[in-house]
Amino acid sequence: MSGFLAVLVVVLIFIVIFQIAKASEYVSVLKGEKKAREQSNRINGFLLIAFLVLGLIGVYYCNDLLKGKILGESASVQGEGVDTLIYVTLAITGIVFVITQILLFWFAFKYQEKEGRKAFYFPHNNKLEVIWTVIPAIALTVLVAFGLKHWFQLTSDAPKDAQVVEVTGKQFNWIFRYPGKDGQLGRRDFKDIDPGAGNELGMDWNDPLNKDDFMPTEVHLVVGKPVKFIIGSRDVIHDVGLPHFRMKMDAVPGIPTTLWFTPKYTTKQMKEKTGNADFTYEISCDQMCGSGHYSMRGVIVVETQEEFDAWAAKQKSTYSLTHADTAAPAGAPKADSTQKVVAAVTK
Amino acid sequence: MSNEATLHSQQEVMHGAHDHHDHEHHHEDSFISKYVFSMDHKMIAKQFLITGIVWAIIGAFFSVLFRLQLGFPDATFPWLESILGHWAKGGRITAEAYYALVTMHGTILVFFVLTAGLSGTFSNLLIPLQVGARDMASPFMNCLSYWFFFLASLVMMASLFVQTGPASGGWTMYPPLSALGDASIGSKIGVDLWLTSMALFVVSQLLGGLNYISTILNMRTKGMAMTKMPLTIWSFFFTAILGVLSFPVLLSGFILLLMDRHAGTSFYLSDIFIAGKALANEGGSAILYQHLFWFLGHPEVYIIILPAMGMVSEVLAVSSRKPIFGYLAMIGSLFAICILAFLVWAHHMFVTGLNPFLGAFFVLLTLLIAVPSAIKVFNWITTIWKGNINFTPASLFSIGFVSTFISGGLTGIWLGNSSIDIHLHDTMFVIAHFHIVMGVSAFFGMFAGIYHWFPKLYGRFMNSTIGYIHFWVTMVGAYLIFWPMHYEGMAGMPRRYYDVSNWASFKQFGGLNEFITIVVILVFAVQLLFVFNFFYSIFKGRKMTTKNPWHATSLEWTTPIHAGHGNWPGEIPEVYRWAYDYSKDGRDFIPQTEPIGPNEEVH
Repeated sequence: MSGFLAVLVVVLIFIVIFQIAKASEYVSVLKGEKKAREQSNRINGFLLIAFLVLGLIGVYYCNDLLKGKILGESASVQGEGVDTLIYVTLAITGIVFVITQILLFWFAFKYQEKEGRKAFYFPHNNKLEVIWTVIPAIALTVLVAFGLKHWFQLTSDAPKDAQVVEVTGKQFNWIFRYPGKDGQLGRRDFKDIDPGAGNELGMDWNDPLNKDDFMPTEVHLVVGKPVKFIIGSRDVIHDVGLPHFRMKMDAVPGIPTTLWFTPKYTTKQMKEKTGNADFTYEISCDQMCGSGHYSMRGVIVVETQEEFDAWAAKQKSTYSLTHADTAAPAGAPKADSTQKVVAAVTK
Repeated sequence: MSNEATLHSQQEVMHGAHDHHDHEHHHEDSFISKYVFSMDHKMIAKQFLITGIVWAIIGAFFSVLFRLQLGFPDATFPWLESILGHWAKGGRITAEAYYALVTMHGTILVFFVLTAGLSGTFSNLLIPLQVGARDMASPFMNCLSYWFFFLASLVMMASLFVQTGPASGGWTMYPPLSALGDASIGSKIGVDLWLTSMALFVVSQLLGGLNYISTILNMRTKGMAMTKMPLTIWSFFFTAILGVLSFPVLLSGFILLLMDRHAGTSFYLSDIFIAGKALANEGGSAILYQHLFWFLGHPEVYIIILPAMGMVSEVLAVSSRKPIFGYLAMIGSLFAICILAFLVWAHHMFVTGLNPFLGAFFVLLTLLIAVPSAIKVFNWITTIWKGNINFTPASLFSIGFVSTFISGGLTGIWLGNSSIDIHLHDTMFVIAHFHIVMGVSAFFGMFAGIYHWFPKLYGRFMNSTIGYIHFWVTMVGAYLIFWPMHYEGMAGMPRRYYDVSNWASFKQFGGLNEFITIVVILVFAVQLLFVFNFFYSIFKGRKMTTKNPWHATSLEWTTPIHAGHGNWPGEIPEVYRWAYDYSKDGRDFIPQTEPIGPNEEVH
């Protein structure tokens, strides 16, 4: 019923607008086309300049309203460069935006049709055209140079001592794997994936490097220590999005990718800095991956070295969890732990 | 170059159309040949336009539906269940339906509305009329072009009604998501129908595009040198070249995808474990598809925006009574954009793991496009400078076009710089950017074209009061919708999220999303007002009493008000000058058909 009423109201408004529009057409015929034209030009000219003024105020107001809601300072060392580049680009494009919009609407207002005004025949002017070819070209050269400097830094190889974390996307969550004490990830093959046996990644149990690899449900990182993500996917393309660290990289099945960064603040520090007790570093999936795309949330905890070591010491290797029967034939703990891993991994 | 000979066979037809009471050529007057399988470019233009409008309503309505979900994730709308059935159980759109709506919104608007509806309409209408030709080089191919588009439309429409729903992997249709039925319900029969429809669409585009190019190159009237053509024609020309060179690449990508789906090949598939089992496919590259897709996908955005640019140039010159400033620079920048359009596709792929060294070239070439774009903007602004502007709905939409093109173009400089793109890639910032620059701008160009050439199409005017309301609400609404969206992107909020309320980093925008949704509904309602105005004016609009209502110089206004097939009843007029002699030598305008005076300076 309320839906019907809503439709009725809309239709009525339509009819009213339409009647006014029809009437104004008749009025303009009565008043004479010339007079109607003058009037409509005056109104629209005024609206154009009003749009400019209110629009620029709106831009300022919008910024005032929303600037607190976007991310603060970059939480990674590498992200600082991205932020600087954003500010430089914002300054350049902001200036161009304001100038060109003012000129556009001001000219439109100022040179609206007036009795007796003659338009100025001005087909071209080489000097002007050279000026506005060269100035944008210079500005863009600066932006390209500056941008590429950061681009090569961001995409450079990770430092040798970087912490390695493997991140694998699947519909619809992330699987994390740490190399364990030996610092090396073991071999895996997608054909060996067997979620029923707790082997979500197809780890090759004959590879000794796999024996100490562990798979937590959250990523833990050490503040100030570079970390390298080795990124892959098990099914469709996903994307590891790290907005606080200004990082992003696709997870492509069959083609491993990497990214690296150095976290600057612990989660605790960020909670204080932002004044938000619920602050969490999140991993978002940024590449459309199916119906659960929006729920592919991962959590990163950045902490001090001591906290990290304590956490890492508590992690059980996936091998020990999945091979509980060979290690300890007792029934109850095995079923329990396997379930836990499976539950953690498939969520 | 004379088209008299080429069109000899059409002379008869032309005479028949010239005299409406003359029934000796009644094969031409039959309903089917006049309104359905018409070979008159003007009728085909109308067919493209009206089909485009129907698609635009559907596509825009889809955006209203998914904006309802985004703005009010916890609310239920029982009426949704009555139109969408189990796709909106309990009045809340399901995630599957949400993604299907998003995907179809993109596909419909990009291809069916802003490619076929925009360039299909105005290339067809204006090319023969403005270059001085009786019709296209091949009217039959032109007719086929529309009917292939119609077939593509039917197949796409059918896909909306299949049990498993239409394609839902995003309008870019990236594999493996689109290749595997197990990955998404929309990737079952929906993707097959999508690919079939798009293949038919590519055929339509190629038939149309080749026709546009050959007509422009071969069928210009006497005196119509390339450098005397209006900028609209130049823009349609470059648009057609872009389409002809890039659509086949897209088709090849689609064929490989179809083979991966049904023939067991592994072009895009490798190392996949899905639905509880590992697939046999190995060695394929999912990234290969993206290269093939964006090799069209990027030129595609220029296919959309160039015709709008051309029409805006024309409308701004006519309504400010001034020549377009820097005509040759305008052509040069169109040419530069056309070339660069082919060399920037990988800027959509900066975060795919692309070689950073290769990425650097794409940064350079991408930002280079800003130079010709800047030239165009400055030239438009200079065109209205010291003019005498009459604010028709068409000229307002043209001014709006320049404004949104600036706003959306500038954020392109952000995204084209790969370092910034890492942060903003696939966030709402991108949505804001391309909706302003190729959604809103292209629509503004299209509206400008419709209001301006409506008298040419139907011999009547559209109601300008509704036109003004349409413009102002759309202009304000577009900025209210998309401007704040940049901030969501700056916060890293990803695009294509069904619900953000579980995210600590993005949920602060709940109120903003509600606001945007409300504005979307309002703007959508005003577009319906436009649609009403359009159809009402076809039958009841104020009648055109003179041939040249806008006092324009170009050739299309020299034809009779209701021109028959063949456009000019007698000889095709000869052209002596360019199309922009406004306010020259103290005269308001000098038509292209007027010979250069003895003491006149030639542009």
